[in-house]
Amino acid sequence: MNIVVCIKQVPDTAAEKKLNADLRLERTGIENIPNPFDEYAIEEALKVKEAKGGTVTALCMAPETGKEALRKAIAMGVEKAVLVTDPKLTGSDAWATSYVLSQAIKKLEFDLVLFGMQSTDATTGLVASGVAEFLGLPQHTYTGKLDVGDGQVTSQRQTEGGYDVVNSSTPAVVAVVKGINEPRYPSLKGIMQAKRTEITVWSLSDIGVDPSEVGTAGAKEKVVSFSPREPRKGGQVVQDEGDAATKIAEFLTFKKVL
Amino acid sequence: MSEIWAFIEQDKGEPKKISLEMATLAKRLADQSGATAAAVIMGPGAKAAAEKLGGYGIAKAYAKDDSKYGDYVITPQAHLLANLIREKKPSLVLVGSTTTGRDIASRAAAKLKLGILANVVDVGMDGGKVRVVAPAFGGNIEVTSQLVNQETEIVTVRPNAVMPAKTTAQIQVEEIAGDVGAESLLAKITERMSQETGAVPLEEAQFIIAGGRGLGGEDAFKMLFDLASALGGAVGASRAAVDAGWISYPHQVGQTGKTVKPVVYIACGISGAIQHKVGMQTSDVIVAINKNADAPIFQFADFGVVGDLFQVVPKLTDEVKKIRK
Amino acid sequence: MDFDLTPEQQALRQLARDFAQKEIAPVAAEYDEREEFPLPVFRKLGEVGILGMVFPPEYGGGGSDLLSLAIVTEELSVVDVPVGVSESVNGMVGSIITFFGTQQQKEEWLRPLGKGRILCSFGLTEPGAGSDSMALSTRADLEDGNWVINGTKSFITHAGTPMSGLIIIAAVTGGSKERKEISCILVPNGTPGYNLARPYRKVGWRSSDTREISFADCTVPESNLVGQRGKGFHQFMTVLDWGRIGIGAVAVGLARGCLELSLQHAQNRVQFGVTLCKHQAIQFKLAEMATNVEAARMMVHKAAYLQTVGRPFVKESSMAKLFASEVAVKTAEEGVQIHGGYGYIEEYPIARLYRNSKILTIGEGTSEVQKMVIARQLGC
Repeated sequence: MNIVVCIKQVPDTAAEKKLNADLRLERTGIENIPNPFDEYAIEEALKVKEAKGGTVTALCMAPETGKEALRKAIAMGVEKAVLVTDPKLTGSDAWATSYVLSQAIKKLEFDLVLFGMQSTDATTGLVASGVAEFLGLPQHTYTGKLDVGDGQVTSQRQTEGGYDVVNSSTPAVVAVVKGINEPRYPSLKGIMQAKRTEITVWSLSDIGVDPSEVGTAGAKEKVVSFSPREPRKGGQVVQDEGDAATKIAEFLTFKKVL
Repeated sequence: MSEIWAFIEQDKGEPKKISLEMATLAKRLADQSGATAAAVIMGPGAKAAAEKLGGYGIAKAYAKDDSKYGDYVITPQAHLLANLIREKKPSLVLVGSTTTGRDIASRAAAKLKLGILANVVDVGMDGGKVRVVAPAFGGNIEVTSQLVNQETEIVTVRPNAVMPAKTTAQIQVEEIAGDVGAESLLAKITERMSQETGAVPLEEAQFIIAGGRGLGGEDAFKMLFDLASALGGAVGASRAAVDAGWISYPHQVGQTGKTVKPVVYIACGISGAIQHKVGMQTSDVIVAINKNADAPIFQFADFGVVGDLFQVVPKLTDEVKKIRK
Repeated sequence: MDFDLTPEQQALRQLARDFAQKEIAPVAAEYDEREEFPLPVFRKLGEVGILGMVFPPEYGGGGSDLLSLAIVTEELSVVDVPVGVSESVNGMVGSIITFFGTQQQKEEWLRPLGKGRILCSFGLTEPGAGSDSMALSTRADLEDGNWVINGTKSFITHAGTPMSGLIIIAAVTGGSKERKEISCILVPNGTPGYNLARPYRKVGWRSSDTREISFADCTVPESNLVGQRGKGFHQFMTVLDWGRIGIGAVAVGLARGCLELSLQHAQNRVQFGVTLCKHQAIQFKLAEMATNVEAARMMVHKAAYLQTVGRPFVKESSMAKLFASEVAVKTAEEGVQIHGGYGYIEEYPIARLYRNSKILTIGEGTSEVQKMVIARQLGC
């Protein structure tokens, strides 16, 4: 049961400003960290491998710094790692990401492709479906429990009121939810192993991708403007004249949270 | 005449609330741009659901009342939608950003090689083109984006972006002529299970109702648990309430308790001194109810009520239950 | 001169930090209050490979260097000093076997140590021999191919936990009163005659297992001699230099923890209309604390680096321990001051850090002893 786990690097968006180990203020949005949701995918892949045998390969589309995320995956126990990197990939949207990953995955041997549920930056939860379509595979997204059999896979897909049991043959694409498992720590041995494991690096030409279709060149969306969240200050205060509850409900509806 | 579509999720002929929001949005944007609002519905019960959309201003519906679109996960719907888009060329497709909606939209977009704007909180028209607003970087930034060079634009929209608005229209339901082949029937649903969701842990709750000294006693917290239940959230407390023994320590929010970041934090009878503030000040929306107009919490709450929480909270629970129905 | 950590050291640091946040931070205050050794934490530290990190890979250890141990120890100590202390002491003492042990001793003990399954303790200090460690009087007499040990040791770390496997003691094995022959003897836990007293009730480090232990005709085979007979003191001093770097790292961690807590408090507490952070007096305190933490860490790292490349490091390790421990005590005190009255309440973590700080200028060689060592190194 060979597995490819797709991982991502995301900007560190800790809302609190804190000092890092070098006693420097962590600057929001500039440092990259491995996507926290991917840990669950890596762990699930390792569990399947431990039960069924096979090889786990971590795949990351990123600049050179993506190697850190790949090394962390290796330190957790993943055997192989591939980085797809190319300056022309900067500014890629979800569509391009799905396409590039699919082209890379086609060059690997796999029975399952695993994803985390979403990433903590803007594009939420689209890439797994996109990759499934490009590869023409069944998708098991929002998976809360995964069972792998011979040539087939069964998952519990989370729904609003519970879950659906979904079954398909392999190969298949699976995206797992946070909390499906308890990700293991990278072990000390794993960290040392990560140093010795060679990371395969592919450029766009290695995977047959036309640069004009990806990155800012191929972007199908563009940002028009952005504004930071306003700092918190006191809002309106009303006196209750028997109608406060209604006013609160209206306010929450207006804020689109109710 | 261009069309603006709302993709409708339905269960046994009953459209889901978010789909009614999509319909309302489609109608609004269609009116603004002189287009026709239409709905796309699949699966068993599709035709029945389609009829109901007339009540939301939708003039036309494309329906496929076939069990395979309910029995198989995502792919058949995505492929049928993609085929329909290719045939009818709508200018915009609105999909509610549910787990199903996102998957279908993404898969269909990939099939058509179209870009997609996801998880937006606001959709508007700007010179005939769609412009959307979405949060990014953990909610710290709001980004306004547009799609580039797309004949059909696909957008997934978050819940509660619009209030469903009822307006009557004569709806014309058209059966979708095409169908998907066996190659789209990839993953089958073999069982549907419903589950009792247990109590939401405080750190993960989207809604937190917290009580402080103003509650006066243990019994008063029942009121908060009722409101939390109606909202699907959790109950928190200030240190004063925990020290007084009215509620246990795991509920404590603040400097020496938990730090939380829910979507909505409703502080009842809590003064808002720094020891508490530190634990909840990054909540998206803060509502405060306190009988003391000078309470520090009013200086940073987004909405404050000076009043008797014993009056306001039960009434708020009723309001929430009404809206949530 | 390269001040950067290698990618492996950075990964190790991140692992230790994540572990500390997830596994230790939620329970530290509770174990401190109950004065209970956090066994589950240590078992996990063993599983993750941190506890056995400095032991040779051929015995299942991590083969890490002293600088890596210092980095990990610092991260653990930011969250909970007692855990950092045990991590450091264990690595230090176990290394006596790595450096000086017989093949049989290595086979028997380095494997469980390397795999993080057991802890080893350091038995030097006695009721009558603290700074004056040469005044030790515990005897080990060779009789019929066995060492028979009699004496008392005090302030011993983690000798009485469920994970405690052995202690290596310094004992008088011969010589005269003027020239004692001192040797290292290995005593496994559970040996008849090796007695553990009840743990001390301490001001700080409350979840650390610290006891007086005693030997009453405790008998172990002659082969339990570690290294050379008569070289016990020299062997202990070698690893003590290691231990100073480890305690220096603990001190840096504690100081950093105080700084982080104080900074957070200062950014939120409002007095006179602004946060404390806007008052220059507080800014200056924080600036001094941060500067001291940075300097202390650099000294610890430099000493560790020298050891790693095989250069003399006695002076540097003493300086690092002296400086870092005094920084820790000062920083903890300032941390409480910045917290105001709240710093005196146990609910606030700074209070525990304050209690944990004072012993750092005493244990593992008092500040006064460090100065003696440094002065000697200078040629006085």
